Formats: sequence, structure tokens, C-alpha cells
Amino acid sequence: MNAPKPAIAPEPAVAHASAIAFAPSPCGALWVRIDGTPCALRPSGALWLEGASMLVAADLHLEKGSAYASRGQLLPPYDTSATLGRLEREVAALAPRRLVLLGDSFHDARWATRMSEPDRARIDALAAATDLIWITGNHDEEGLDGLPGQQSDVLEVETLTLRHEPTPGLASGEVAGHLHPCAKVSASGRAVRRRCFATDGRRLILPAFGAYAGGLNLKSAAYADLFTGPPLACALGADKVHPLVFASLKGD
Amino acid sequence: MVVGMSVQFDSAAMTTGAPQAPSRLPPRFADWFRARGWTARDHQLAMVAAGADRRDALLIAPTGGGKTLAGFLPSLIALDARQRHMTQGVKAPPSRLHTLYISPLKALAVDVHRNLLGPIAEMGLAITAETRSGDTGEAKKKRQRTIPPDILITTPEQLALFCAWEGAADYFSELDTVILDEIHVLHASKRGDLLSLALGRLQALSPSLRRVGLSATVADPDVLAGWLGPQLAGRPAPVIVRGAPGAPPEVEVLLSDNHVPWSGFTARHAMAEVYQAIRGARTTLVFVNTRFQAEIAFQALWELNEDSLPIALHHGSLAAEQRRKVEAAMSRNQLRAVVCTSTLDLGIDWGAVDLVIQLAAPKGSARLIQRIGRANHRMDEASRAILVPAHRFEVLECQAARDAVAANDLDPDVLRDGALDILAQHIMGCACAAPFHPDALFEEVRTAAPYAQLSRDDFDRVIDFVATGGYALKAYDRFHRIVRDRQGLYRVRNAETAQRHRMNVGAIVDIPMLSVRLGAQRGGQWMGGRKIGEMEEGFIEQLAPGDTFLFAGQVWTFRAVEAMNAYVSPAPAGAEAKVPSWGGSKFALSTYLASRVRGMIADRSQWPALPDDVRDWLAIQDRRSLIPDPQDMLVETFPRSGRHYLVAYPFDGRISHATLCQLLARRLERLGRQPLGMVANDYALAVWALKPLDDLDLDALFEEDLLGDDLESWLEESFMMKRTFRQCALLAGLIERRFPGQEKSGRQVTFSTDLIYDTLRRHQPDHLLLDCTRREALGGLLDIGRLGRLLQRIRGRIRPVRLDRVTPFAVPVLLEIGREPVAGMAQEAILEQNAHDLAAEAMDLTALKQGRRR
Repeated sequence: MNAPKPAIAPEPAVAHASAIAFAPSPCGALWVRIDGTPCALRPSGALWLEGASMLVAADLHLEKGSAYASRGQLLPPYDTSATLGRLEREVAALAPRRLVLLGDSFHDARWATRMSEPDRARIDALAAATDLIWITGNHDEEGLDGLPGQQSDVLEVETLTLRHEPTPGLASGEVAGHLHPCAKVSASGRAVRRRCFATDGRRLILPAFGAYAGGLNLKSAAYADLFTGPPLACALGADKVHPLVFASLKGD
Repeated sequence: MVVGMSVQFDSAAMTTGAPQAPSRLPPRFADWFRARGWTARDHQLAMVAAGADRRDALLIAPTGGGKTLAGFLPSLIALDARQRHMTQGVKAPPSRLHTLYISPLKALAVDVHRNLLGPIAEMGLAITAETRSGDTGEAKKKRQRTIPPDILITTPEQLALFCAWEGAADYFSELDTVILDEIHVLHASKRGDLLSLALGRLQALSPSLRRVGLSATVADPDVLAGWLGPQLAGRPAPVIVRGAPGAPPEVEVLLSDNHVPWSGFTARHAMAEVYQAIRGARTTLVFVNTRFQAEIAFQALWELNEDSLPIALHHGSLAAEQRRKVEAAMSRNQLRAVVCTSTLDLGIDWGAVDLVIQLAAPKGSARLIQRIGRANHRMDEASRAILVPAHRFEVLECQAARDAVAANDLDPDVLRDGALDILAQHIMGCACAAPFHPDALFEEVRTAAPYAQLSRDDFDRVIDFVATGGYALKAYDRFHRIVRDRQGLYRVRNAETAQRHRMNVGAIVDIPMLSVRLGAQRGGQWMGGRKIGEMEEGFIEQLAPGDTFLFAGQVWTFRAVEAMNAYVSPAPAGAEAKVPSWGGSKFALSTYLASRVRGMIADRSQWPALPDDVRDWLAIQDRRSLIPDPQDMLVETFPRSGRHYLVAYPFDGRISHATLCQLLARRLERLGRQPLGMVANDYALAVWALKPLDDLDLDALFEEDLLGDDLESWLEESFMMKRTFRQCALLAGLIERRFPGQEKSGRQVTFSTDLIYDTLRRHQPDHLLLDCTRREALGGLLDIGRLGRLLQRIRGRIRPVRLDRVTPFAVPVLLEIGREPVAGMAQEAILEQNAHDLAAEAMDLTALKQGRRR
């Protein structure tokens, strides 16, 4: 059912849980400070750095559907288009000067043999509207096959360092993707599993942006050494980001 | 004590008087009957005659009537004749399979095989009979393919695999007879769809194939006969043969000396009397409707068990080994009672069972008769059964069920339309076996009754789906799974594609289960010990470490989940299970029983026969509110604790009530009444709100257009649709099953069907699989058809009563609040609620330090 609305809406102006400062924004985003830099965590799963006019999206995994199709599972061929569509809407809403794709932008090495001309044209258009920067990920070693934009392993912006794969151990000011974090919570006998941002206020891991990209539960051991304490999960809702305390999360 | 079919054969012996049909039993068979002092039963002779006349036949007989032998007799006779022919010097034909027997249960197949070998040996017949199932070893399977037995006993899933095998055409080319056992449980399901398509295939491979169906008593044998027979022009419908009815069962409703509770499903109040009944019988089967009821009943009986009677527990999530142990002990007559779920509705016959107890109402008369049939497999003695109502409405329901059994009045059978995801699986299987032409396959598919009305358009859509995924965007030209050649034949793309299909055959989709293991902690990690059983992932998700719950007859403390294991330790002695099970009943009250209950309530002349507290309850309801006529729907509104309640009594089953609740809440939300919650049971539904509900136009509220936009917007965010989509996608072959060990192996590199569903719905809302998902959700899961009939039935017949307080009728449903989650709670709401918890927690630092939400 459309949940009975609580009599008083939960709207803490700024709440401090696990010593991580966050605040909701009317657009549905959640504001957090990472190593001092204000970051807007968007319900789309993208990161908006207003000061630098930079939009960051991780793990697009373009052409994942067709990668499966080429091996016999005919997943709907709409994922590349859906992912680009969401990216276009973010660009239209925020008009960023720079657009950073944080690695694993393509699902496999042979994507270029399968991507359609219209989808290539949409990437061209995004590059025309922004400075497009491709951070190199572990799936991206084959190059861009003529797509526009510059490639880079790391990018420094304000106090932050943007790279695809988190460096092991603690790292202050690092923004990375690669792990596809997701959070699971339950209520009334039902569980919901959603993509999420994960942060301890020093480091930020972005959720995967690609339409078919799977998720790795934030409770998993892979995250164990990355944060100073239990991270805050910022789960993607339909039109807002929900802050969830680590203790309330469920494992898979 | 003899077990199984030998018991049935014994009962054949007990027939008195001469058979009326002229016997067409060959001398060797007649001699065998005579030598054992038996006479063949009429229905056995009728089945022999149907075999000799090459007619399809459906045998309807209660358990214990020598039914299985009746099914096999014509094949044994024909095989024996063939052998004689050969020994008289005719050149032996190449060995081909003669008779295929299909059982819905592996265990039943094994039992039937064992009992078939008896008469074959006693008559000295040179006939080979073998079983084949998922458990059969590769070497034996291979040998069965090269040297088939005369009779092969197997399951629908194995048959589907056969149909996807390159050698199928040759293997089945001389198949003479196919026997389908227990078809009353198979036909109206996706397994039934798949089986029906496979029969069409067999018929095409061996046009003279004869079909034989065996069924328990059903309301409408014509429906089953229609399902069984091929839909071929000029082919007469199957002969329906009826076994003599057994002695009518003796059914009583247990009226406890204790008060009948207002609500609940455990029947705990009556357990002392149940225990006494077990003491008074030789062997008792105690049926319950869910695994959790089984757990609770088993524990309650164990506490009462002063005589240390051997009482066991049997349900689907206990470890297989433990279940086998119980079954074996049962066969050896070592048990006095087994508490069980529908896992024992079918299966091996245990001759010693002389009492069946149904705890909580059976919800449908067909299920009840099936269960009663498990007691006493001697035809001429009455089966004995006791129904134990769990609460007040169930007293009425149990009496209605008893009357229905006495009148042999069963829930009606319906012929369903075949599912298109199953058709997709079958078509892929056909392509794996041999190239096919779509025109010919279309004709063949339409001979299967569930697909008799299939349009060519739908068929072509399914073909397109199998070949290319069926997408409007034609991006996968290079990746077709089946490819059309110049002659217009479709063939599978390559051997690997065929092999992958064969790994995914079948119509059973398993619910994700976790192994429950006795755990030990080493170095902060929980490690595995003995496996206790399996539980649904959904239940485990509810548990926080330290929670106690009831499972396998014992209270456990939940510790941790690692990979696919849930670790537990025994709870301290005397610990109560803290986490309640949420499963009240997995069956919804049947339409048929519901109308009987409505009739009983309205008929005051029946009240005196009811227990005192139930009668008082009706009388006070009568005074305080009203007792509705059978065709009317009572709607009560009253305030309580600052909330405004609306309680409606459609008596139409839990599933359609839950759906109706969701839709009403949405409508009340739009009307600005601020609904806060809702609850439903088999008889009633309740919605409560911040704003008054007593001034509503009820006729408008319950308008049939509820099934329009409100339904659509609810489905948009319903969990059920995604779950259903996943099943359809698996069955249709869009995605592949993951096998044990493949799940959750480290980083999730696979995809989520939820994401596929979301993307597909946005980009191609009319895709075949979305249609399948809708059809299925609207049918079984939400029971929209039944809800539609309900809304029609109550149009202009709503009886509103405005009250100042809660009524006797409203108590049972309101007591369900908090006991069961409301199906279909929106995902966003769950996120909101958890985020809300966080906000509350942020203000309360003590809670945060404890790190627990509760």
C-alpha cells in the first residue's frame, strides 16, 4: 500500500548519525561533505560537485545487454539507451561544465562491435555539451574506438581525488566506483535492495549508474577496510536519496 | 504390514459378486487373479476394454481402488501378447519403449515401480520396467536411451527433457500408451501446461498413442477428460471410467471444551483433545496448511506427550534426509502420528493410517477429500477424519467443509489457458530435438487442451521471442537462439545453446532458500555444522542476530548469515520463539466453501447446532450490527482509539481481500481520508484512516472501476510483479537458472531481473513477458478474476451499518493487525520507514550506541 504517511514528516534539518553530516535537498539529493568538499548525491546515482560544476557517474557498463545476448541470453537491448537517457537528463538539469565517467563505462572489450549508431551519436552530443572525461576502469583497456573525450586514470578536483577503483585501506578525499554498492533494508516482512552511495565522510563510493549493473551488498567483506567506521548508506529512492544507518542494513 | 500398491491389490480381492462387464482378461491374467483368490474389479475390466478398443481413458477412483494396476493392465496384456507372438517365431522388432508412466512425484514413481514388479514376476511376464528421474545415474540414463525398457516410469520434467533430445523422434516412434497419474493435481498448473505440450509432441511422434489418465475424485471429470485427450478432429473424447466409491468418510468437527479463539491459525486451544484423538487411533496424519503451523502444532503435541508416543514432523523445508527417515519409519509402522503439510497430500500409501486430523480449516473441499483419502486404504471401511477449527469463523467453515464432503460436493475444476512462457520453453525444446516448421508446430501445439484456443498471432509472437527475444528494437540479428533456414525450418543455433536449454527445463521455479545450519563461531566467523533444513530467504531476512524462532520442532537462536547458510544455535532451555511466523494460511478459502459459510450464517435455523460461544457471538453481532443475507455484503464503520475503521465482509478469500484492501486504500487516499493501514483475512477486510469513513458513498467506493487506474498504479510499484516477472523470465528461457554454488559468488557480476523488468517496462511495455507477468499476477497471485466477480456480486447489495464501537464480527480481522504483513507494501515506503527510523535514532543517541533498530 502507499504507506500510511507518518503524522509528522521526518525532516531533520541536519542530523548527525555516525558523525557524518548530511542534509536533504528539495531536489531529492542528499548533501554530504567529503573531506570538506560539499557533494550532492543525486537520486540518479550521480555525484554533483557544484563548486567545480562537475557531474560524476560511475560504472555505466554500456552494452551489457548485448554482451549477454552474444552469449545466448537475449536480455532486452535497451540498457545503453536507458543509461544514456538518464545521463542526458542529469546533464540537462545541471548543465555541468565537466562530465566525468568514473570507469567501467563499457561492459566488455567488444562493445564497439555492438553499439548502435544512434547511441554513439548521443555520446557525441554529451561530449559537445560538456568536457567529457573518461576515467579508465578495469573493463576499459580497449580505448574509446573513436568516441570523443579525454582519458585519464585519476582526476584531482578541490580536495577530492577521483579514480575508478578504491585504493586499499583508508583514503581521505577519494571518490571511486567499481564496487557497485547496494543496501538492503526490510520492514513488515519485506526487504528492499537498492543501489546506494557509501561514505564515512572521508571517502565516497558511488553506486553503479548502468541500467543493468548488479550490486554488491554494503555489508560484504569487500568494503570492510575502506572506511573509518560503519559507513552511511545513501540509498536511491524513486525521487530522493534515503540516508540509512549501517546498523539497520541487512546482508544478502 | 504391506505398503503401497500391494495394499491396493489386496483391496481388489475384496470385491464380492461377479463383474458385470464381460471380462477381456487373457487367461494368464485371469489365472493370476484367481490364484490369489481375487476377482478383477469392474473398473479394472473397463480399463482393459478401453485398452483393447484403443480408446483414451480417464479413470476416476478413490485411493485404494486398485487404480494404478488398472492403469497398467492393458499395457501388461499387450506386452505379454507381443512376447508370445515373438516366441512363436516372428522376427523380433527393434526394441522400442511401449508404455510411459508419468507421476508428479519422484517418490511415488519409485513406489509404483516397486509394486509393479510384483505382478510382473508373479505372472512370469517377460516385461522390463524401469524408473528415470533427476536422481538416476548418468550411466543408467544413457543405457535407457540406447536400450529402452518396455515400461518407463518417470516425471513430467524428465519427459520435457526427452522432448528436447535429438533422439526423441526415434525413441518414441512406437510408444503405445502414456499413463498420467494424479492428473487432478497436475492439470491446472504450469507443470500441467508443459506436460500437455509434451503429450502433443509424443502424439505427433507416435500418432496411434493412447492416453490414460488416473485421478482422484473430482467435481467435474469432463474437465479432466478434456485436458487429457488430444484436441484432434474425429478423435473421440476419453472414456470416463469410474471406480466404485469407497465407503463414505466419517468426518467430525472437533468442538473443544475450551473457548474457541477469536482469531489465529494454530488451534492451540484444542491440542489436548487432538492429543487424545491420536492416542485413541493406531496411526494419525495431522495435516496443517503451512510449515509454521506444523512447527507450532508439533511443539504443542510434544509438550502434551506424556505417553512418549512416537510423533514426527514432516514438511518441505526439513532436510531431505530427515524427511526420508520419517517416511521410512512410517512405512515400518513405527510412528503413531506425523504432523505434516501438503508434502504428504500425495505420495506413498501407508496402510496403517486410520485417522486424519485437519488442524485449522482446510479452505477447500477438494483438498480435504484428498487428505481424508490418506486414511485407511481399504475401500470398504470408512476413512475417519477430524476437523479442528482454529477460530470462530472456522467453526462455520469446518462444518461447511464437512457438509460438502458428505454431499461429495467439490470445488469446481477449471480449464486454464496455457501460459506463454511455458510455450516458449517447449518451442525451444522442440528446436533442440529437431528442426521444425512453424505451421506444423502450431497445429501440434493446438492439440494440447490448454493451448487449443491459441491464436496464430500469439504463437508467432512466442516464436519471435524464442528466436530474437521479441524486441521492437531489432538489435540482436546476430544472436538468434533459433535460426530459420531456406526451407522455412527453425533449428537451434548451435549445440551449446541446446545444452544450455536442457539445463533449464521444467516448470518449477524454486523460491530462494537458505540452508539452516547449526553454527559455531571461530575467529569471529560463523562456520558450518549439521544442516537442519532450509528456509525461505524472506523469513531469514526478518531475523536479527539473537532473535529466537521455531524450526524443525525446536526453538533456535539466529546467529548470522554467510553466503547461502543461516547459522543458528539451540536457544536456552525454556526460551520462547520471539519472532512469529507470518504465514497464516497459504490457501485462500475457496469460492465454493465461502458461499456455504455465508449461507450458514444467514440461516438462523442452523445456529442451535453451533458451539455456545460461536452462537453467542452471532447473536451479539445480530443485536449490535446485523447478520447479512447470503447475497449481501455488510460494511461496518466505527471509530476506535482516534482512528476511523471501515470493515467489509465479502467472505471471498484472503487473496482477493488483500488486493481489494490495497485498491480501497488508494482510493481513500485520493478522497483525502488519509488511510493509515489495512488488514485482511478469509472473511473480511479492514481499512483505517485519520479522517471519518462513515459518510462515504459505498456504492461508488466499491465500483468495478477499482480494477482500472487504481489497480494499474498499484501494480506499478508492487513487489509481486517483479517476482512474477523473474519466474516468467526463467521459465521462458530469457534468463538462466543459477545452480547451487553459482549464487552470490563474491562480487555480483550477474544482472538483476528487477533491473531488466524496470528497463523493459519503460521501453517496451507490450513485451510478451510483461504480458505473461500481468496475466499471471492478475490470475493466481491477486485473484483479480475473483475480485471482479465479487464486485459484480455486491453491486447494489452493500449493507452499510454505522456504529460507535467495534462489533463481534470485526474482532477476528482486527486481531490480525500486526500479525501478517500486508502484501504489496510499496518499496519506497520501506525505504521511508527505515530512513524515518534513522531520523528518530539520530535524536536518540542511546539507541545508536546499541546499534539495533528495535
